Amino acid sequence: MNELTLEQEFQAKIDADLKIEPKDWMPDAYRKTLIRQISQHAHSEIVGMLPEGNWISRAPSLRRKVALLAKVQDEGGHGLYLYSATETLGIDREELIEDLHSGKAKYSSIFNYPSLNWADIGAIGWLVDGAAIMNQVALCRTSYGPYARAMVRICKEESFHQRQGYEILLSLCRGTEVQKRMAQDAINRWWWPSLMMFGPPDTDSPNSEQSMKWRIKRQSNDELRQRFIDMTVPQADFLGLVVPDPQLKWNEERGHYDFGPIDWEEFRNVLKGNGQCNRQRMKDRIKAHEEGAWVREAAMAYAEKRSRRQEQVSSVA
Amino acid sequence: MTTANLPQARFEYLLRLGDNALILGQRLSEWCGHGPVLEQDIAITNIALDHIGQARSIYAYAAELEGKGRSEDDIAFLRDAWDFHNVQLVEQPNEDWAYTIVRQFLFDSANYYLYQSLTRSSDEQIKAIAEKSLKEITYHLRYSSEWMIRLGDGTELSHQKMQTALDDLWMFSGEILMMDDLDKFMHDLGIGADLDAIKPLVDAKRRDVISEATLRIPENPWMQSGGKQGRHSEFLGHMLSDMQFMQRAYPGMSW
Repeated sequence: MNELTLEQEFQAKIDADLKIEPKDWMPDAYRKTLIRQISQHAHSEIVGMLPEGNWISRAPSLRRKVALLAKVQDEGGHGLYLYSATETLGIDREELIEDLHSGKAKYSSIFNYPSLNWADIGAIGWLVDGAAIMNQVALCRTSYGPYARAMVRICKEESFHQRQGYEILLSLCRGTEVQKRMAQDAINRWWWPSLMMFGPPDTDSPNSEQSMKWRIKRQSNDELRQRFIDMTVPQADFLGLVVPDPQLKWNEERGHYDFGPIDWEEFRNVLKGNGQCNRQRMKDRIKAHEEGAWVREAAMAYAEKRSRRQEQVSSVA
Repeated sequence: MTTANLPQARFEYLLRLGDNALILGQRLSEWCGHGPVLEQDIAITNIALDHIGQARSIYAYAAELEGKGRSEDDIAFLRDAWDFHNVQLVEQPNEDWAYTIVRQFLFDSANYYLYQSLTRSSDEQIKAIAEKSLKEITYHLRYSSEWMIRLGDGTELSHQKMQTALDDLWMFSGEILMMDDLDKFMHDLGIGADLDAIKPLVDAKRRDVISEATLRIPENPWMQSGGKQGRHSEFLGHMLSDMQFMQRAYPGMSW
């Protein structure tokens, strides 16, 4: 079959909402887009462990400590299945990690913001995981099978994290003045970056159109962002927190909240590396990886020794 | 000690168990997000979670026995170092994966036999906690033993790092098996473990694994002690100032 027929068949499968599997033919650009997107997602899970990990040692109660530790561990688990899903496209984890460390691969910019007070752990769960879920629920139906299946599992855990984050804030908002201040401080800092997580406006999103055609992506950035705002604002009201957007207003006619302009200049800057924590996050990841090199090498050397010894034993027997 | 001291003695005995678990869990949790490879980051965090979970069950029981209305959090967050009764081994810093594994193995190899013996405690609650924890601790010992062997017998570099860690930590490995008056008292009552009886089993386990790992046991037999009685290394105070920050800075609030 020639390339053109293969491509037509591929598109027909997509249009029929059938899943593409690792052994199926796929256009190179589809494969590349997926590698870029899934690995970026995996990297985000791993880098995302850092700002939350920042509060594990200081969690204010044992119950919260255990929950946070388990949560950050779940993010590691998500990273693991997403790396595995990426590997089905014919690239190995080591190479993906190198791309992260060299700056060639990206991760979600949100994790370049610092986590400064305990309420940040609540706000990250509620807003950041909440925004991630909006994106990810849409991805449970993405055209690439292994990615879609990884997403189904991840979404279940993420919604648990989101409830847990909200519950942290609820405890603070029902607490003392200083606890409310923590919660408000956290939402002030995390609100806008969370909205940026949906990516640039549709008019300015370079990869969106092709991704929609391939059903890698199924809803536009702006649609998802609006849905997130509509869902989240009443939750903030319930907490008694002020969303830091003076233009935020319910629009009866549209049936949606209107909101103020997003500072895309800030978004581009953080993306470019100018966020407060870009360097710090990469430094931490590279340090963990480099300091772990001898452990990985030793584990490999030992496994080889052992299989050699077993071969010797079985050849004697 | 006489039976008049029993409530206080049992409380302190529980703190020894609970503090070992909490302090080691807190140390291990420092690895979360920084492990040498993702799979081990997840595995070591699991072990941290087990330890902290064990600490919570023990503290809950200790608080109940004490009857002063303290919570597990009061016990964890509102005591200073001199009231902590963990062995000095568990508060030693992570340093690197070699120290972490050696510390874990030295602890697990003793903790396993300790909890095994506590499953025969005459105190029903301790018995139940020990039974539940022993499943986890059995896995911990398997995990740390495997890593001892893998890294000891891995590359030249890993061997050397493991030997250095073992040389540095060995002097903290004896305290957990030193039987003081409190341990004797609790054992006489059928509540606590007979550490003298456990010691040969622990020694044998350590010898086997260390030798399979192609490492050698340091010659200097001197052992540090004091943690169980509340005298600690410099490291514990720093850990507590971090761990207890929120409860100290914002006292009396619920989280």
